[in-house]
Amino acid sequence: MLSYLVRRLLLAAPSLLGISVVLFTVLALAPGDPFSDLASDPSIPPSVAAALRAKFGLDDPVYLRYFHWLAAMLHGDWGFSFASRIDVSTLILQRLPTTLAVIGASQLLALMVAVPVGVYAGVRPYSFFDQVASSLALVGFSLPTFFTGLVLILVFSVNLHWLPFVYRTDMGGSGLPLYWAYIKQAIMPVLVLGLFQGAAWTRFVRASVLDVVRLDYVTTARAKGLSERVVILKHIVRNALIPVVTLVALQMPIVFGGAIITEQIFRVPGIGSLLITAILANDTPVIMGVTFVFACLVIVFNLIADLLYGWLDPRISYR
Amino acid sequence: MIDERQLRQRIEQVRTGERSRRSFLREMMVLGLSAPFAAQMLAHSGVAMAAGEVPYPPTKAGGGGTLKLLWWQGPTLLNPHFAVGTKDQDGSRIFYEPLAAWDPDGNLVPILAAEVPSVEAGTVDKDLMWVVWKLKPGVKWHDGTPLTADDCVFNWQYASDPATAATTIGSYKDIKVSKVDDLTIKVEFQKATPFWADAFVSVRGMIIPKHLFDQYKGANSREAPTNLSPVGTGPYLYVDFKPGDLVRGKLNPNYHMPNRPYFDAIEMKGGGDAVSAARAVLQTGEYDFAWNMQVEDELLKRLEDGGKGHVQIFDGGSIEHIQLNNTDPNKDVDGERSSIKTKHPFLTDPAVRQAFNLLVDKASVEKFIYGRTGKATANFVNNPPRFTSKDTSFEFNVEKAKDLLDKAGWKPGGDGIRAKDGISLKVVYQTSINAPRQKNQEIVKQACQKAGIAVEIKAVPASVYFSSDVGNPDTYTKFYTDIQMYTTTMNQPDPGDFMRQFLISEVASKDNKWQGRNIIRWQNADYDALYHASEHETDPVKRAAMFIQMNDMVIKDVAVIPVVYRPSVAAVSSKLHVRLSGWDSYIGDLHNWYADA
Repeated sequence: MLSYLVRRLLLAAPSLLGISVVLFTVLALAPGDPFSDLASDPSIPPSVAAALRAKFGLDDPVYLRYFHWLAAMLHGDWGFSFASRIDVSTLILQRLPTTLAVIGASQLLALMVAVPVGVYAGVRPYSFFDQVASSLALVGFSLPTFFTGLVLILVFSVNLHWLPFVYRTDMGGSGLPLYWAYIKQAIMPVLVLGLFQGAAWTRFVRASVLDVVRLDYVTTARAKGLSERVVILKHIVRNALIPVVTLVALQMPIVFGGAIITEQIFRVPGIGSLLITAILANDTPVIMGVTFVFACLVIVFNLIADLLYGWLDPRISYR
Repeated sequence: MIDERQLRQRIEQVRTGERSRRSFLREMMVLGLSAPFAAQMLAHSGVAMAAGEVPYPPTKAGGGGTLKLLWWQGPTLLNPHFAVGTKDQDGSRIFYEPLAAWDPDGNLVPILAAEVPSVEAGTVDKDLMWVVWKLKPGVKWHDGTPLTADDCVFNWQYASDPATAATTIGSYKDIKVSKVDDLTIKVEFQKATPFWADAFVSVRGMIIPKHLFDQYKGANSREAPTNLSPVGTGPYLYVDFKPGDLVRGKLNPNYHMPNRPYFDAIEMKGGGDAVSAARAVLQTGEYDFAWNMQVEDELLKRLEDGGKGHVQIFDGGSIEHIQLNNTDPNKDVDGERSSIKTKHPFLTDPAVRQAFNLLVDKASVEKFIYGRTGKATANFVNNPPRFTSKDTSFEFNVEKAKDLLDKAGWKPGGDGIRAKDGISLKVVYQTSINAPRQKNQEIVKQACQKAGIAVEIKAVPASVYFSSDVGNPDTYTKFYTDIQMYTTTMNQPDPGDFMRQFLISEVASKDNKWQGRNIIRWQNADYDALYHASEHETDPVKRAAMFIQMNDMVIKDVAVIPVVYRPSVAAVSSKLHVRLSGWDSYIGDLHNWYADA
């Protein structure tokens, strides 16, 4: 088990290296300039932007810039943002709690919707409940988050004036009103993300349960006279959830990516909106930092999925 | 009846700002004096006739709650000398102040200066070689240290040191600043400088404290802790900053202007897009003020119907214009197209240029595309009014254009496209990808087709078009097409820097990595001579006349075709009272902002 873990982690190193090479090259080849704002201002001499480029090493050849970045990265120095001249690690750490809170809440919501609904629909396929649940799930994951986000804003902010649509991190006040304000502003982004994810997972859980429900051992369990509750919870769900766990774990990093749009719509100051701003400003060190975090997340969650798999299904062993 | 001593006392109160000018005038009127006479009394007592003075009713500082600003691109740093875009200048301006700011009409208003320097007061050299700034006494930094001339001198040293990598270096590198006494500095220029109000003024003039940045001048400028937690002289004290997301401040109880600021706290939220920012102010009222409303006017009008706020439009120096290439974009000379060594096959013909000028339907562009956010104009310099030409006009007339082309020998061929000596009038018309611009291209293209000119439309992503990427052929500075269109901005209320873009020495070329500003590669020796004369002209009236003449030369020769000038647009809550200047930061007048209770 331990040697398996070490081997997997060692294997991750070259893939991260490969990812960083590709990212850096793509960014270097993409058009744009972090100081283009200065260049288009006629009252600032062009030499100012040129001097800044030289100082920040933007005029060096791509491979040289990459090795500088890599060397610093290996020392734990993530570099600093061209736009804000702040360390990239500080910027990311500032944003991480918000992202984790919003995404964590939405994933919980998604699981809380997907598992019960999916299981119930799977156990009673083609019943009225299943029909309704399946149709809603289809609608839910067909609608892109930017659309549902705007619809929610129109309904709850513009027309009903119930919820704010600008997410704020530091709000004055304390005690219950403050918590209520936090919850209120998080409702819409969490709903948008959670229901989108939940809809997709519902279909998956249902399909997985359907597969298991017809197996002989379920019939055996029923024949033994076990109560329906025990059959479902102990025998069906446990086996049906194995592929679901993999899916959830593997989708985690994608969710971080998908949250970018939602973060932009509701102005949630998470990692996603940091990435967008950095891309728009051609702020290479920040883009590298954030995408690198995403890459690490993918690898880590892959690993977690594999480990969970073994725990859920003891027939799988690590070699 | 009021006696002379009391009267002088009141005038003094107006001068020091304890009493508003308006309340003084009202009181005098009650006493039976006419308003102009009372105003005259103030003028003779040394109070400048503040142009368009804004009323400021609050009688004490604070009590206004939180002022919530929405910037759809949030500030990413709070050191004004590192500011890359206006968003950073705006964020810094909450805490830092310049010696003087620009009002909406392009006049200087003292902030940290005791008065605006002038030749009359002997604080501006009559040969324009130096200017003396006197600081307002009693101003304190947020940490209680007094502001002195040393701070100003330090700002010059800090910004002009290339190792600091300040973006303001352009305003400070060619001047010399010295301390005269604790509250006086002298700025010396290398040559006569008619526009002396650049360093220490407005967005590039914000002063940072010497005692906190002294250790961090030069290569280690990035490490200064104060970069992230500003200590300035402004109306609000620093509370919190998250780059790109949020800036928070609270009332500065020791602010140097009486009864100000009105708000107890300020919050500048960043992120999102312009349309939803407009929505948050105009429709839901979640925010009090949103910046830079690049939103179609029709949509703005609909949102205004929400009744929570209104759109405020104010003039600045932005002009959307069409450029005609003087060089040949299709001929390659030494690895460079649009080389100054070539001549455009037909755009150098005055008749063709005039025809293009007649084919741009500016009135329709204003009416159908920009609405209130773009006014049709014949001039390249549209503001401030003292630099605006009255001798120019524009018209849209396809018949006249056809006639001109006929007379010049450009006859329609079999395909309906005019040609002469085997050269057809076919142009490539490029601009950035942006919905209003594509509509504008369409309007011009249709008119040109009617007149027998073929137009091929090209739209380049803005991130490519406006980049300074030397390797990319589609940047606006390379101008590898026949005509192109974009907005350029005169950032200061003076055309001195702005009109450099027509000088022969500024021609963009491979040699200067296309950093030259004469993108149209226009060459006119008379223009150059006039421009260089203006650099030494000390009489402001004559100098303004010269710039008007330069504008007219550019327009008469159809070097460029101005389409619409684009004022700045902000969304303002209906309770909030603000004065916005197109020549300064959106919040350049923040200390005077107040709201109805």
